[in-house]
Amino acid sequence: MRRIRAAAAGAVTISLLTAATACGGGSSTSGGSNDSPKTLTYWASNQGASIAIDKKVLQPELDKFQKQTGIKVKLEVVPWSDLLNRILTATTSGQGPDVLNIGNTWSASLQATGALLPWDAKNFGKIGGKDRFVDSALGSTGAQGKDPAAVPLYSMAYALYYNKKMFADAGIAKPPTTWDELIADGKKLSKGGKWGLGAEGSNPSENIHHAFVFAKQHGADFFTADGKADFTSDGVVAAVKQYVDLMARDKIIAPGNAEYAQNQSVADFATGKNAMLLWQSASANLKSQGMSEDSYGIAPVPVQSGTPGTGANVNSMVAGINLAVFKNTDNLDGATKFVKFMTSDAEQKILNTAYSSIPPVKAAQSDATFNTPSNAVLKDTLAQSAAALPQVADESQFETAVGTAIKELFADAAAGRPVTEASVKAKLDKAQQQMPKK
Amino acid sequence: MTTTTATAEAAERTVRKNSPGAARGPRRTGRIRRIGLPYLLLLPALVLELLVHLVPMVIGIVMSFKELTQFYIRDWGTAPWSGLDNYKVSVDFDAPVGKALLDSFFVTVTFTLLSVGLCWLIGTAAAIYMQGTFRGRGLLRALFLIPYALPVYTAVITWVFMFQHDNGLVNHVLHDQLHLTDKPSFWLIGDNSFIALLTVSVWKGWPFAFLIVMAGLQNIPQELYEAAALDGAGMWQQIRRITLPSLRPVNQVLVLVLFLWTFNDFNTPYVLFGKTAPEAADLISVHIYQASFVTWNFGTGSAMSVLLLLFLLVVTGVYLLLTSRGRKTADV
Amino acid sequence: MSSTVTRSRSPMAPPRSFLWSRRIFLTLLTGFVLVPVYVMVSSSLKPLADVSGKFRWIPSGLTIRPYIDIWSTVPLAKYFMNSLIVAGAATVCSVVIAVFSAYAVSRYSFRGKRVFTVTVLSTQMFPGILFLLPLFLLYVNIGNATGIALFGSRGGLILTYLTFSLPFSIWMLIGYFDSVPRDLDEAALVDGCGPLGALFRVVVPAAIPGIVAVAVYAFMTAWGEVLFASVMTNDATRTLAVGLQGYSTLNDVYWNQIMAASLVVSVPVVAGFLLLQRYLVAGLTAGAVK
Repeated sequence: MRRIRAAAAGAVTISLLTAATACGGGSSTSGGSNDSPKTLTYWASNQGASIAIDKKVLQPELDKFQKQTGIKVKLEVVPWSDLLNRILTATTSGQGPDVLNIGNTWSASLQATGALLPWDAKNFGKIGGKDRFVDSALGSTGAQGKDPAAVPLYSMAYALYYNKKMFADAGIAKPPTTWDELIADGKKLSKGGKWGLGAEGSNPSENIHHAFVFAKQHGADFFTADGKADFTSDGVVAAVKQYVDLMARDKIIAPGNAEYAQNQSVADFATGKNAMLLWQSASANLKSQGMSEDSYGIAPVPVQSGTPGTGANVNSMVAGINLAVFKNTDNLDGATKFVKFMTSDAEQKILNTAYSSIPPVKAAQSDATFNTPSNAVLKDTLAQSAAALPQVADESQFETAVGTAIKELFADAAAGRPVTEASVKAKLDKAQQQMPKK
Repeated sequence: MTTTTATAEAAERTVRKNSPGAARGPRRTGRIRRIGLPYLLLLPALVLELLVHLVPMVIGIVMSFKELTQFYIRDWGTAPWSGLDNYKVSVDFDAPVGKALLDSFFVTVTFTLLSVGLCWLIGTAAAIYMQGTFRGRGLLRALFLIPYALPVYTAVITWVFMFQHDNGLVNHVLHDQLHLTDKPSFWLIGDNSFIALLTVSVWKGWPFAFLIVMAGLQNIPQELYEAAALDGAGMWQQIRRITLPSLRPVNQVLVLVLFLWTFNDFNTPYVLFGKTAPEAADLISVHIYQASFVTWNFGTGSAMSVLLLLFLLVVTGVYLLLTSRGRKTADV
Repeated sequence: MSSTVTRSRSPMAPPRSFLWSRRIFLTLLTGFVLVPVYVMVSSSLKPLADVSGKFRWIPSGLTIRPYIDIWSTVPLAKYFMNSLIVAGAATVCSVVIAVFSAYAVSRYSFRGKRVFTVTVLSTQMFPGILFLLPLFLLYVNIGNATGIALFGSRGGLILTYLTFSLPFSIWMLIGYFDSVPRDLDEAALVDGCGPLGALFRVVVPAAIPGIVAVAVYAFMTAWGEVLFASVMTNDATRTLAVGLQGYSTLNDVYWNQIMAASLVVSVPVVAGFLLLQRYLVAGLTAGAVK
């Protein structure tokens, strides 16, 4: 009796241990199948003002898809705070959605996990070919020289949003085109509890997006050509310092913005607390906050001198959302069909209008809807003066490490502590050492 | 084989000795029952502990010897063994990763000591003051238990709202109404974040100490107070000479439990600061979370967790040794 | 506060210094405890403009709008149900299992008893972060091998949470059962009850305060957990702890709705807790701190 029990207990333990250790992660070897051709699971990122709004935008389109193909799409809108974690756990377990949205800057990182379906010529052929898409958007779909890990879905670019009335009241005739002008204007606007510019000091991703552009303008990069982290070059230090100095030295950003991480600066802009905002595709957002479209103007993000262009005159990252397919989907054909549907000219028009983004699909982009003056700024920026964030496998670590370093610098600036070249360099050095060693 | 029967019989003898009830059942079936029953009763708990705590812990330890980065998470069985590399990185205190871990460790220790100390102090004081009867005592006791009863995230998120720089209550009171500071302070970033974290932790934690001490006070025999009163000891002296010493065994358990909970607390800093905590309030659990989930290096994260576990084992062991000395029965 | 006739606890009337210090201390402490509670309640009744501007003690206007909006901004009702199911089931299972284990440890002596208690208790010191990913992998693999969906299901979460509260519950109940006189279950055994009969007819009824205390603790543990819920749930099974993050979206932070929702999810636990606090003290007195 004793021995039987002991043996039983042992068997339970061993089976648990083998279950745990032997199989490792999920169904790693399977390359996708068509076992359940009638359903798809789709994780959408939160693009609208709330998750409820996203569902309202997407559901009719998914119904349309079901009518066309008979495939039912189960939609889950995942908040940004959860999305990367959810993708990670899905990757680890092999239990994920069939199709999902990813931030385009994560493309190379997620590509490295091998969990996403590579978009080779054959797969691209199924959705109408690679050349349907705008080049700049394709530049943010994975590491160079590899098949893209995802397909562009929505494109966005940074622009300078400014409050027309506050500009007029301060006697400013036209939006600034260089940083010097922006600072001068900002100083005129920063008084009486109002401030020149808004920022999201505690949001690592926002910090990275701006620091990246500033670095470009200083002729520097965060990664060497062979993909090694290089955060402490003079150009990068100057770039990060210039960004933080908007609060620390120029004092045109309210110190309180140092703790913003939940888009409070957009709300501040909408309520007239800030006169300017550097943001990507904010129109729909501002509208939902009750700011009418004619009360603000949209201009290109300033440069050091001259006009936006390439090289040192880059003034935005290529922002956007990509659509990816999980390699081990059990409805490969359906997933491909769904990607084709979502990137079709008609759907691109509907979705990008709803989210005030720019279609990365050429045919859709030329539609009249996207030729309004405000969209023209975004479109021109994307076409002429936007650069893709480094497409390296360590991108997400880079965002965390450097984004957090800048967050700490903002905290220093807000507390009135000096932000010097040395202190910037020290923070960046620490960030660099936290990057994975190769 | 013979040894097993021998020990079984020995076990049975002790069973019979220690549980007189069980010994009275019918002899033959009772024998199997008596030996089997306790194990049967323990089985569910045992299986669950194995499944949820022990096996995962073993896996965690295995992972800490692997190079488990984003390239391998899809199939972590194939991740290469990295020997002690993850540990070396974690304890190389001259390099940033190790130094950050060490800093985080010291922040956590300081935070835990202060938080446990304050929770205990406030809890004990409140329990002693609330011993006598006075009007509103029942209501006050209920009010005091609210922070503990609130779900962690709702409590912490309310504090986040109060700690905001521009619109928060704390700055409104300290700066606008009391004029104690030159300019509004930051509580959720920078150095003050430590104070913010401590405040929330104490606010949330002291009622537990209060509850336990209150229960402990009920076990102090009335005669002790009466005898002391006869000796002419006043209220304060009674507290010092009788109440506090009598609470010692309660305190030993209370402090240990508070220590472990506070040290391992993840929810409070996570809701308060999000995924990346300010350096001044970078508690070790969030630090490890960031090291594993945000930078996708689960091997190093696991190594750090194992180190943390070893530290807690040592502390708990030493604590139990020290406190049980001089005490005949160790509660734990 | 004025009537200061003490219970028989202390035969002498407390001195003035004691009364004054008590008055001051308890007043300050009440303030400290109540301010956040006041902020939660008042903010939940404020219009959005009030909560996104400078803090004000007195709302500029009262509105119940937030209490209406919370249900549509995020599917709060669904999260509520999930939390209720998960926490409820975890509590019931945890209590039942703890009762069995504690009874075994309290009433029997057997080989491995000490190993068992020490092991179970020591799990209390495990940092959650250490076994988050392993546990997740384990669930996934059990799911793949047996078809039992643990990952992403409420079942998996229930299993996890009930185990979290188990060590403390067992330990408290051992203490409580020890304080129930053995003569009682012996008498039951003489009357012909089996050991389980003795447990359920005699020991459990005598230990109700301890069991209630344990149940309250288990429920609170499950109701408030964030870390595991954030990884182990999906859209259909998300619990309140994670779901409440939905109120800070791309747009703005709807503080009034956050506060209203916080209040709504807090009321059941706080009310339950306060109703049962009498048991709690009684349970702790006999169980944990004897």
